[in-house]
This record gives sequence, structure tokens and C-alpha cells, in this order.
Amino acid sequence: MNIDNQAIAAKKLVQEIRDISSSASAPMKFMEVCGTHTMAIHETGLKSLLSPAVTLVSGPGCPVCVTEKQFIDHAVLIGKKFDACLVTFGDLIRVPGSFGSLAQFRSEGGSVRVVYSPMDCIEISKKESSKPVVFLGVGFETTSPTIAATLRMALSENLANFFVLPAFKTIHPALNILAPKPDLSGFLLPGHVSAIIGSDSYQYLADKYNKPGVVAGFEALDILIAVRDLVKLASRKEAKILNDYKRVVRNSGNVAAQNLINEVFEPCDTQWRGLGIIPGSGLTFREPYQGFNAATKLVVDVPPAKDDPRCRCANIITGSLQPDKCGLFGKECTPEDPVGPCMVSSEGTCAAYYKYGTVK
Amino acid sequence: MSNDKDLRVLLGHGGGGKMSSRLVKNTILPRLNRGKLSLLPDSIVLDGLGDRIAYTTDSYTVSPIFFPGGNIGSLAIHGTCNDLACSGARPTFVSVGLILEEGLAITELDQILEEMSKAADEAGVEVVTGDTKVVPKGSADKIFINTSGIGRIDHELNLGPDAIEVGDEIIVSGPVGNHGMAIMLSRAEFSFDFDIQSDSASIWPIVEQLLELGPHLKFLRDPTRGGLAATLNEIAAGSSVEVQIDETSVPIDEQVKAASEILGIDPLVAANEGKLVAVVGKGMAQKALDLMSRRQISSNAKMIGTITSDLATRVIINTRIGGSRILAEPSGELLPRIC
Repeated sequence: MNIDNQAIAAKKLVQEIRDISSSASAPMKFMEVCGTHTMAIHETGLKSLLSPAVTLVSGPGCPVCVTEKQFIDHAVLIGKKFDACLVTFGDLIRVPGSFGSLAQFRSEGGSVRVVYSPMDCIEISKKESSKPVVFLGVGFETTSPTIAATLRMALSENLANFFVLPAFKTIHPALNILAPKPDLSGFLLPGHVSAIIGSDSYQYLADKYNKPGVVAGFEALDILIAVRDLVKLASRKEAKILNDYKRVVRNSGNVAAQNLINEVFEPCDTQWRGLGIIPGSGLTFREPYQGFNAATKLVVDVPPAKDDPRCRCANIITGSLQPDKCGLFGKECTPEDPVGPCMVSSEGTCAAYYKYGTVK
Repeated sequence: MSNDKDLRVLLGHGGGGKMSSRLVKNTILPRLNRGKLSLLPDSIVLDGLGDRIAYTTDSYTVSPIFFPGGNIGSLAIHGTCNDLACSGARPTFVSVGLILEEGLAITELDQILEEMSKAADEAGVEVVTGDTKVVPKGSADKIFINTSGIGRIDHELNLGPDAIEVGDEIIVSGPVGNHGMAIMLSRAEFSFDFDIQSDSASIWPIVEQLLELGPHLKFLRDPTRGGLAATLNEIAAGSSVEVQIDETSVPIDEQVKAASEILGIDPLVAANEGKLVAVVGKGMAQKALDLMSRRQISSNAKMIGTITSDLATRVIINTRIGGSRILAEPSGELLPRIC
């Protein structure tokens, strides 16, 4: 679609959203679960177009933001004690830990490598055969299949120096905790995660919590269409799950990827920043993959981490506080000098607010 | 000049003795000398520069040192020449300071000097003085280069943020983000199949055209580190004005767009090394674009926005869907995203 048509289509959708929401009985608040949606909503200036009757709040879908500070400490301690090569996605390296970030650790001589694909770990492990290579396993269902595939290859190649430090999360247990919140009118559901788990898997939001949910793509129009559909459903008090991203997401998801996750991992309890321990919301290794678990094979003593009590990341990822209402926002906490992960991650809600301010 | 692949820079090459002089005479001078350098004086006397000159210095530490579209040598010439050009000065003379890490292959040094000499010839500058130091392995990353430059100013214009007024129009000389994206992609961590070249080039030919606008030409800047976003914020802050740009009018190559989506890096914050942002008087953009179209390097120039108010200091980007948001000053290290 050319640029002019896109602008015209956007204008029509915005008008529709305004018309439906202005005749609704109460203001509506939807949670966009995914960090990539958060960034797209800000980047496209979509917030400036919505009427005050429709609010979008960000949820716990940025993998870096929901990762506990202690995880960074754990990684650094493994790096130090075992002279390990830490391999990570880029976003994690500036997240502050108790003894500094991974970037600081690297500047002090620690080995930290940034990769795009966990598969790169195979090559790195072969090259660095004298030391442990530890991949920092952070992410949702979009990331875990590629890590599972990496582990499968590592097993077949008998890689003895490759490990994964697990902090994986699955989205449903977190949604189960957020869905009962009475001020949430519905969910803008993630695109990439849904490509793996399928739109049918959210049916419980409608059945159990009476909340609508719409799976959306990441283009401006994808998001506007999904918001329009959410506003429609919420105004009719209709709890339904729609898949508005059919060109990528199947209702049943990607079964091969689901099987891969299930072959390598099994659910476990895990700690979420802001939400505490959520039963069954993490992934740990099944036999015969347990030998790759850095947490049990490269044992270090990780002291409990203290968060700055003024940091409100915990409220921000549950959608109960807008970033600019946090006392640290833009003052003591900036992307250059972040206090909490929501400011440092490129998908963090605070980073989105900071980077893409809304014109008032 | 030695082509022996095994020859490397040794600490002795920086000792000031025979080895030093051999490196200079056999490797450096053949590439860079255009006359004035041959005497190797302690300093050089320069004539014919007129009443007004511009003077600048910059250091280059880019990694990797070789990238698609250039290397650290050509960059060190272009970067300094472009800083001069942004003052409206014709780049004329440069100095070159080389800091070499022990172990650097002489063939690599020669490749760098070759690109450097080509870039200098194309930019119309002469390398007139220089220095070479060698530091122990680990004390530098292969090679660092400092270049200083002197440019002649043949006009009376005062280009600067003070001249900018509400209504002025903003032009960019071509697609943005290529250099930054080319560098990101050529870092060892990533293995993507994009064909993105650095835009590293001298922008003086563009400036020379724009000077024909006389006092309608207000401000020039090369959007290097921090990209277009940093330059526009610099204009807003420097002149205490509101800048508005239209997202759809900013030229960006398709490949750069695609890479930026994968890397999660906004092309508006990615560096350029051969682009120019110009602020011209109200109604003068078309004339400026006509002048710029005479040069190949700026044949895809576009007007991207205007100075809209002096009541706020900010940059607003009007988005492709008709929304608007703040275009913030970029911050910190560029990082790829997580998923």
C-alpha cells in the first residue's frame, strides 16, 4: 500500500475508533502485551491519534523487562568464576545488575558476545573450546524454539562446553494473573509469540475472564485495525478472541515449534520482575538436555539482589503506572544511565516513552 | 612500498630511528605525498589561504577498520573535510596522525593509505604534515587516525544557528543511515546478507553549489554520529526553535530500511559520512534542490521539513499514518534488539 493510501486508511480507522468509543458507556483501557507493539505504537505516533476514551497500556511482554536483576548477577558471577564466555542478545548487556551491567563486566575484561541467533553459540563453543560458553536464555515463546534447536544440535555434536542459563518465560501464566484486573477492557495480543502458540490458545481470556483479545501485526494499520476490533468487541461487551494477523499467525500456531519446545523444555516456576514467582511460567531442561543447564553445572552462590526502591518498573510492566508518572523517569533514569530494565531495553515501555515522546 | 604479506608494524617502527624512517619513506610517503610532505619538515608553512580560514580536527577509531564503501583512511579524510565544508570552507590542507598498534599488517596499512590518498585527491586536499606512532599490542585497536584540516573561506556568509528563523526550510542531501548500518552489519557478530555501502564521501561539492544561495543559506551540518535525529535536535536546541519533519519525505534506501527493521535501529539515528543537512530561507528549498541536483552526490536530495515555531525547542516527526511524536536526541551505544 502506498504512503498516501496508508494515511487515508489510518484516518478512517481512527475515526471509527473515535465514533465507537465516544458512544460507549465508559472509557476503555487495553493492554498491549508485547514490547514490539509498544515500540510500534509510539514510533508511529499512534498514541497521538487515539481519543482520550481509549487508552493503551503496556504489559509484561518485553523479555528484558521481566527478567530479575539477580539473573544479570548470576551471569556475571558465572563469567567471573569460570572465566566463561557469556553470549547474549544485545538488549541485555546494559541492564544494570548489582555489580554493574554485562557491558561493564566486558569493559573490565570479561568475555561477553552479542549474537542475533543462539545458533551462533555452536560456532563460538567450537572456537572457544577451552572455556565454558554460556548463552543467557531470556525470552518468550518466540525465542525458546531457536534455543531448543540450538540445544538439539549441541547434543548431537556432543558439545561439552556449551551451556544455557535459563530465564525463559511463557506468556499464558502471566496473562492469567493480569486478566482479572477490572480496569482492563481487553488485550492486544502479541504477533510473533502467537505465531508459535496460535491464537486459539488465548480462548481462556474470553471463557474464564470475559475479556476480548485481538492478535495483531506490527504495521501501523495492523495495530489500528486490531484496536478498532477491540473497541468494537468491548463496546458490545463481547468476549471473543480474534486473529487479525492471519498472514503470519495460524489459529493453531506453529506445531513444529511447539513440539520442539516440549521436547527440550518442561514448565517450571519462575520469578518475574513485578509479578513475583508465577507457577509454571518458566521453562527448564528435560532429560537428556539437563547437562546444558548453566545454573546446575556451573554453580555459583548468587546473593539476593536489591532493587532501587524508587524504581517503578514493577508497576509499569503490569500496566498500573505510566512511565512519565515515575519520579525517576527522564531525571535519574534515562537510556544512558538506566535504573530499571524498562528504560534500557529497546522494547521497554519507559524507553518507548523516552525515545518517542507524544506531542501534547 | 612492501607487498610482503608477512610484514607487520613493530614497536621499532615508532622508535624514531632507521625503522621509522623506512616506514615513512617506503610505505607512507609513496601514498600520501603530493609535494609538500616530501621534505618531512617539523611544521609546514602555508601560503595563499586568504583572510578567513576554517580549522578543525577529528580522530577516527572506527571498528572494523575496513567496511563496505571505504575504510578508516578514507573516512579520516572525508570526516575532516566535511567538518570544514559545513563552515562553508573549501577543504585545502590536512594533517594526518597515525597511531598504529604493534602487529598491524603492513599490507593493511597500505590499503588504508591508498584509500586515504584517493579520498584526498577526490576531495581536493593535500596532506601537508603528519606523524606516526606505534603502541604496544593491546594499547590500540589496529589503527587510530587523527586528521586536522584547514579550509579557505571565500565568502562573507555567517553560517550558524543564529541565522535560523521560523519558516526556514530543511533539506537533506540524500538517503540517510547507510554508513551506520554498513558498519553495524560488518561487525563480526552479525551475518546478514545485505548490500549496504557506507556513504563516506566529501560533501564540499554540494556546499559549493549551495553557497550560490547567498544569505538564504543559513546553516549546514553533516549528520554523522547520532544521524539525522541528532542534527535536527542540534538545530532545535541551537536556535531554540521547533523543527517539524515529515517521516515520508526522509529518503531512506530500501536495504537500509530492511536492515534497520531486523537490527532494531532507527535509520534516523544511524550515522552518515557523506550527507549534508542544510537549512535555507523560506521558499528557497526548490532553488536549493535545483542547485544540488547538479551534483551526482546530492541528486536525491529532498526537503524534509521546516522550522515551525520559536515557542518550543523540540523536533516533531509527523508520521506516515498522520500521527505525530517527538524525535528525541539519540542516546548511547546502538544495540540490536532481542527478538
